[in-house]
Order: sequence, then C-alpha cells, then structure tokens
Amino acid sequence: MNDSYINVKNQITQAGSWQEKYREIMTLGKELPVLPQELKVDSAIVDGCESNVWLYINFNNEERKLLIAADSDTRIVKGLLSIILYLYSDLTPNQILLIDANKEFEEMALLKHLSPSRGNGIKAILNEINRKAYLMNK
Amino acid sequence: MLDIDKVRKKFPILKQVVNKQPLIYFDSGATSQKPQCVIDSINYFYSNSNSNVHRGIHTLGDRATVSYEEARNKVAKFINAQAKEIVWTKGATESLNLLANGLSNFLHPGDVILISALEHHANIVPWQQVCANTGAILKIIPLDETTEKIKLETTYQLIDLYKPKILSISHASNTLGNIQPITDIIQYSKKYQTITIIDGAQAFMHLRPDMLKLNCDFYVFSAHKSLGPTGLGGLYGKYELLNSLPVYQTGGEMIKSVSFDTSTFTDAPGKFEAGTPNISGVISFGCAIDFMNKIDFLDQKTHEKSLFIYLKSQLEKISGIILYGDLELNIGTISFNYKNEHPFDIATLLDQCGIAVRVGNHCTQPLMRCLNIEGTVRISLAFYNTKNEIQQFIIHLKQCLSLLD
Ligand SMILES: Cc1ncc(COP(=O)(O)O)c(C=O)c1O
Repeated sequence: MNDSYINVKNQITQAGSWQEKYREIMTLGKELPVLPQELKVDSAIVDGCESNVWLYINFNNEERKLLIAADSDTRIVKGLLSIILYLYSDLTPNQILLIDANKEFEEMALLKHLSPSRGNGIKAILNEINRKAYLMNK
Repeated sequence: MLDIDKVRKKFPILKQVVNKQPLIYFDSGATSQKPQCVIDSINYFYSNSNSNVHRGIHTLGDRATVSYEEARNKVAKFINAQAKEIVWTKGATESLNLLANGLSNFLHPGDVILISALEHHANIVPWQQVCANTGAILKIIPLDETTEKIKLETTYQLIDLYKPKILSISHASNTLGNIQPITDIIQYSKKYQTITIIDGAQAFMHLRPDMLKLNCDFYVFSAHKSLGPTGLGGLYGKYELLNSLPVYQTGGEMIKSVSFDTSTFTDAPGKFEAGTPNISGVISFGCAIDFMNKIDFLDQKTHEKSLFIYLKSQLEKISGIILYGDLELNIGTISFNYKNEHPFDIATLLDQCGIAVRVGNHCTQPLMRCLNIEGTVRISLAFYNTKNEIQQFIIHLKQCLSLLD
C-alpha cells in the first residue's frame, strides 16, 4: 500500500465526528479529476447504481500497472472513488489481488457503503478492479 | 385524539437505535413497519396451527383454513366488499399482472388503455406488455406542469376522446403523495363501460378505501405497505367481472376436476390462488386489519394531516429546497430536492443521523421525466410518526445540507 493511501486512511479514521469524516470524504471527491464529458458515456456506466458512476480501467503494459479513471454525479460516491484510487494506484496486478478492500473499508468504518442495497456501485467497481487484475496476472 | 405514545409502543422496531441515534423511520411508502400483534401471529401460526389449507381432514388443517378465510372476511369488510371478491396475491405487482394478463383477452387492436403520468412502473410495464401482445394502445393522462397533479377536465377530455377499454390509475402516488380524484374519474368512465382499475398500494392504509363508494371494477394493494407481511397482497374485483377473467397460474387447489385431456377450475377467488398460498402471511395480515380497526380512522387522518402540514411548512422555510407534487390532497409523502445536490448524498448523510428516507426515481421514471429531474429525496410518513421526529429531522437535515454547501 502506498503512502498517500495510508495518509488518506489516517485522515478518515481520525475524524472526530461523522460530520468531519464525511466532509473529508467529500473533499477527496473534489480532488478527483473530473472525467471529460465525452468519456461520460453509457457504455462506461457501472450497472445497478441509483446515481451515475463511470468507470475506466486500463492496463499499462510497460509498467504493468492498472490505470483507473472514475467519476460520479454524487459527492460521497466521488469521495469513495477517490479513496479507491488512492488504494490501488501504482500497484501491480499481483499487489492489487493481495489487497482486502472489505477490511480497508471496515477499518475506516465505511463498510456499509459496500452493501448492495446502497446501489452506489462501489462493490461493483471493486469487483471489476479485481477481475481485471486477475486477468492480467495470468 | 390518537394516543401516539401508546401506538408507538406497539411497533417494536421504532425503539431501535441506528448509527447511535434513535431511528426516525420516514420510509413507510416503501414498506410500513409492523405492530407486535402481526409479528406474533406469524410465530403463533407456526407454533400452533401450521398445516395446509383447504385440504387436510384434521384439526390443524381446519384451524388453518378457518383463520385463512377469516382474514379474507376481515379484508373484505375493511374495504366494504364481499369475501369472494378478494383474491390473495404476492402483492400489488402480481395483482396488476394478473389483471393485465386476464384482461388482454378482451382487447382488440386499437383499443385504448389509459393510465396517469404518476404511475409506478408496476402499473405501466404490464400494460406495455399487453399492448405489445394485443395491438392495444397505451395513453397517458398528463401531469399539469404548474400544479404537478392531473387535471380532472383534461382527464374527462381524454376519456371522451379515447373511450378507453381499461383505465388504470393510482389512488395515491408513491413518489409525490398526490391523492388522485379517482371517484370522479371512475364515475365518468362509466359513460363508456370502461373497466376501471385502481392501484391502491399507497392508499390502502392511509385512505381506507370503500369499494361500494368508489365503484371501481378492480382495486389492488400490498399487505406490506399496510402493516402486514411482505410477500402478500390482494386484488379486489366486482364478482361477475372477476370471475369472468381467465386463470392466471394453474396448479393445485384451484381445480374442480383434472383429466389428462382437460381441467375445469373452481370459481373466483379460488381459481386465482393456485398452489399453496402464503398462509401465515394471510393470517397475520388479518391481524394487521384488526389493528387498524382499533384505531379510529378520523383520529388517524387528523394526526397524519397535522404531521404533513407541519413537515411541509418546515421544509418550505429552508431556502434552496424545492418541493414537488400536490401539497394539499396528499397521503403524507413529500418529495424534494435541495439546490443542485444529489438526493443520494442527502440520504447518505441523513442515514448517519438514524433517519431513513428513500432516494431515486422511486420506480416512476416517466414521472421524473415529466418533472425534468432525475430523482428526489422522499419522506413518507405514517400515523406512527410524531411531530417530535419531524423536529429532529429538520434539525439534522439543516446540518446535513450545511455539509454540502
Ligand atoms: C403505487 C404503487 N404501486 C405498486 C407498487 C408495487 O407494490 P409491490 O412491490 O408491493 O408489489 C408500489 C410499491 O412501491 C407502489 O407504490
């Protein structure tokens, strides 16, 4: 896990109240690069979300790294996407497969955002990242 | 007056603490909470009377069958109908599908099915399927853009224009809470012998519909939105018309005689209840009806109305909040948005405060398109909610909105 993720995780776990925590998450969301309008196409939409979530995952062959770009029209999901990007950025497929995202979210007390009833697509995104990493690792 | 403390004590779930805050349940439109007697009756049934209905020549079978049919009587009485006019189904959705399936035999190409712009997908999609199969045409009573409800004059004009074979509209909108002027519309449709269907999923508990007064041909509802269990609902139909519908599913129990060549069916309601029914669900819904009967309807209405007016006035005071729908004739459901914020964010923050609301399009995508929005935050109240809960909600809501500003 890289240092910038550890930093983010500390900020979230050390938030003094839930208000502070969600403010933190939404601030992270604001830092997430906005996906250009022409990339916000239906084919990139993650299914089963009440809000729109767009996801691109590419594999950089030379560096053997995943490149992830994602965006959402809600602030909180955007913040969660940002956390996911910190979590996985610059990792090799093998390193990605070793990450237990459930545990990470649980430690930040954000596990409920992975529940399918939320319809936010976070779980689907994690699955997709793992699927791609698995394919590349083979 | 409704003794609200006494009422709330009957609903065990309302004592819950969610995210370290007392639960404020404002999502009764999705499903209502259940009183202890309804929960207990399911336990009691499986502990004391469990057996199949209409078959066993034994004491338990008798007991189960009597309770099962008693519940049908209770519901019939509750809506001022006859027991044989009540069919048990899985819910409003299945009731509408049963009707769409059965009535499609009466339709010819070009016949019109008229619905309103406020319908739940369950009262749109089955009719689209019927149209695809029969060549019938689906027409829509539009939403008036300024009042955000349907207009009676427009509805009459459309009825005169299309002379619809079927008219299917909701008694109350799940998204906006609008109480629709169905009595007048049903009355007017008689001019053309239109078959009238009312989707009462939202109205059943709040409005206690009277079938004789409404004079519709069919009325559908879901038990779980009216204090009862999930997986159960009902269909009321005027007997002759109901009995003239072809069977929907076939199998055991609904049969008079079977040979390998042909079968004959029992009369309604039995012929629509193929297979082993949701016996414990039916019996516990009977208890939900008993529970409602013990609450004076006028007291309930007065309480719900005062909650609604209070909530509306409080929301109107928050600048940036946009309210939708009919804010006068309403079952106690308010949909809103705040500036350009996504409803999802508002609900996620409210959940942190122990407040349950629903967001999204509420299975009414066409209505969202009429309103030019993607979704709303929806608060749906019930008689077990309190003014204090609304006060708490408003305090928390302001806090949540300030996090977004
Ligand atoms: C107006 C309306 N009609 C139909 C339905 C479908 O009910 P059920 O899902 O219980 O079958 C609902 C449920 O939300 C509703 O609100």
